[in-house]
Amino acid sequence: MALVLNQEQEMLRDSAMVFLRENAPVAQLRKLRDSRNERGFSRELWKSFADMGFTGMLIPEAYGGLGLGQVEAGAVMEAIGRNLTAVPFFSTAVLCASLVARNGSEAQKQQYLPAIAAGDIVMALAVDEHAKHRPEQHGVQAVRVGEGYRLSGAKTFVVDGHVADTLIVVARTGGATRDRDGITLFLVDRHAPGVHAERTVMVDSHNAARIRFSDVTVGGDAVIGTVGAGWQALDQTLDIGRAALAAEMLGIADETFERTLGYLKERKQFGKIIGEFQALQHRAAHLYTEIEITRSLVLRSQQALDAGEAHSAALASAAKARSGATAALAVQEGVQMHGGIGMTDEFEIGFFMKRHRVAQELLGDTHFHADRWARLNEY
Amino acid sequence: MDLEYSGEDLAFRDQVRSFLKEHLPRELQQKVLSRKRLKREESIRWQKILNRQGWVAPGWPREYGGTGWTPLQRHIWAEECALAGAPNVLGFGVSLLAPVLLGFATEEQKRYYLPRILDAEDWWCQGYSEPGAGSDLASLKTRAVREGDYYIVNGQKTWTTLGQHANMIFCLVRTGTVGPKQTGISFLLIDMSTPGITVRPIITLDEEHEVNEVFFDDVKVPVANLVGEENKGWTYAKYLLGHERTGIAAIGHSKRELKTLKRLALKKKRNGKPLLHDTAFASKVATVEIELMALEINALSLVADGANKKIGPEASMLKVKGTEISQAISELLLEAVGPGGLPFDREYLDGRAERSLGQDDEAAALAAHYFNLRKITIFGGSNEIQRNVISKMILGL
Repeated sequence: MALVLNQEQEMLRDSAMVFLRENAPVAQLRKLRDSRNERGFSRELWKSFADMGFTGMLIPEAYGGLGLGQVEAGAVMEAIGRNLTAVPFFSTAVLCASLVARNGSEAQKQQYLPAIAAGDIVMALAVDEHAKHRPEQHGVQAVRVGEGYRLSGAKTFVVDGHVADTLIVVARTGGATRDRDGITLFLVDRHAPGVHAERTVMVDSHNAARIRFSDVTVGGDAVIGTVGAGWQALDQTLDIGRAALAAEMLGIADETFERTLGYLKERKQFGKIIGEFQALQHRAAHLYTEIEITRSLVLRSQQALDAGEAHSAALASAAKARSGATAALAVQEGVQMHGGIGMTDEFEIGFFMKRHRVAQELLGDTHFHADRWARLNEY
Repeated sequence: MDLEYSGEDLAFRDQVRSFLKEHLPRELQQKVLSRKRLKREESIRWQKILNRQGWVAPGWPREYGGTGWTPLQRHIWAEECALAGAPNVLGFGVSLLAPVLLGFATEEQKRYYLPRILDAEDWWCQGYSEPGAGSDLASLKTRAVREGDYYIVNGQKTWTTLGQHANMIFCLVRTGTVGPKQTGISFLLIDMSTPGITVRPIITLDEEHEVNEVFFDDVKVPVANLVGEENKGWTYAKYLLGHERTGIAAIGHSKRELKTLKRLALKKKRNGKPLLHDTAFASKVATVEIELMALEINALSLVADGANKKIGPEASMLKVKGTEISQAISELLLEAVGPGGLPFDREYLDGRAERSLGQDDEAAALAAHYFNLRKITIFGGSNEIQRNVISKMILGL
């Protein structure tokens, strides 16, 4: 049991860091925001993600991917967090690629996985319907019609939903609103009649959408896995997503801390650098400690998912809970220690604070996951 | 929060468990688990049992009595001991002094002192802090003046843990007064029965006698008792502190306390249901449990990261986090039992009464435990000092 990265993983992490720093820095996100770019990401960048092999990380080699795991995908998510890269990696290459690769039929895998690996399509997972993440609660109904289904209802907070070519929609084919039984996963063409996707411009300038389904018809072959038994596949996919978001927030924490530490060593007041003041030194030491301990936990959760450990769901929750709290501290301290300049839009630290707020909410916040941890450990 | 152990590690754990099951005396185990204070001879009894097995000091080099276990096996051992309620080994000798001897003492000193540490023939205490030298340890004033084959020692040490039980003390003394204060310090081993030494108890806020003041009045110490070179003691002391800080994280103990906390919180009711099912309380327990698991993984990754690399200033991080977690759990324990933990039952705590005053034996020691644990963020270099170390040594501030 190694609790550190192996050599290949370290090389991959370093190359992802360098690649994103050079090709997708925070300035690019600012440009997307300021130009009110409707797509919210650059097609060229997404193509180069494919060239680098990132898009196919979680896709088996037989379908054109690299067949790697959460540790490697986490390395890319960390680099994304450090640079606030706007790219549909999380929605498409992490969530949807994992879901199809692990649960799809042969035909579904053939259709979607090589296309994801090649960077040719964008996909989005439509889960949430409420103000807070409640993965069991689904009001979207799928009614059997002949060989196929008719979907009605609405989803919210769908990452990359308005730019996706294909959606994976969590819908109810049976059971009551909060039941785990009766949940079914559907592949839905975003351009199909009755699908209305509306972009919600988010505080972090990343993509999210509200999607309404008005009598959308799909064939029987649109179902991923077994009808009415989609919960397990969904839950597992969400855990993969949670570990990935934990890695992204670790990247956010690392980057804000690094920038803040740099500022403490350069900014002068009262005739000395402010890093000489113990009030700030101790806060920096505290933040460092929190980040290092969170780093260990995030890596452990990725390894547990890769090894298919029984405990991996609880570990994903632990990682998401702690990483969310650590990154919150990092961005808040980052703005505070930068003082007035940290409050300006011109300065980049605020972008990290805004991205953290969204990543914290996505797939359950710290409180949701502390609670889930307790339940999974039978409190 | 199990780590994934290999088959080999699991076999090792089973071996450790069956050893503890067979050899840990029940009455000692009961005392530890109910947080009663151990008598001197009880601690020594356990250490002698361990020494017969050769497991007192797993971390030492094999030729001096170490076990040759991997870092993970040592972790398993420490954790199993904590979970089983085994008494601690005499840490001042085994974990603090021994690394200094192994690193800097003469072969003769090693061959004499190390076996005596293993077999608890010597009970060591630590002479570091002084009334005027706490966090600023290097400003210590206890003088050692060379006269022929002896040093004559005068001064005062304080916060000497279990000094009332000790027959030996390792001290930092001032042998030089020129240059920076760190340069004139030496590391001396002193027999507590030497004429001129007086030990006086200090009663702490939990009304316990755990620490002492030690006075030195013209105490004659053979020059042979100097460790390493004269005036180089500060280097050795810092080396020792790194070891002390790693140990204070007490991860195994916290895991045991957390189990106790969950068990008690299932038994206690709030609004008609188990306290552990109360969302607000469960959330606090979950947060500290996640933090403890993260700390454990971090500590293991530090030892795994280059098997022979010594943990450097990162030890400060473990100390800060580990002590904060221990304190947080002790507070939650007291919160869980509520007023049931508040009777102060000295008779019971000292083992003179069979049952506690409040008839709630599990709750009876929790207040004393909570008060006692306030010390851990202060000793071994206060957590503020640890943050200074992190900010200077790691962050470069």
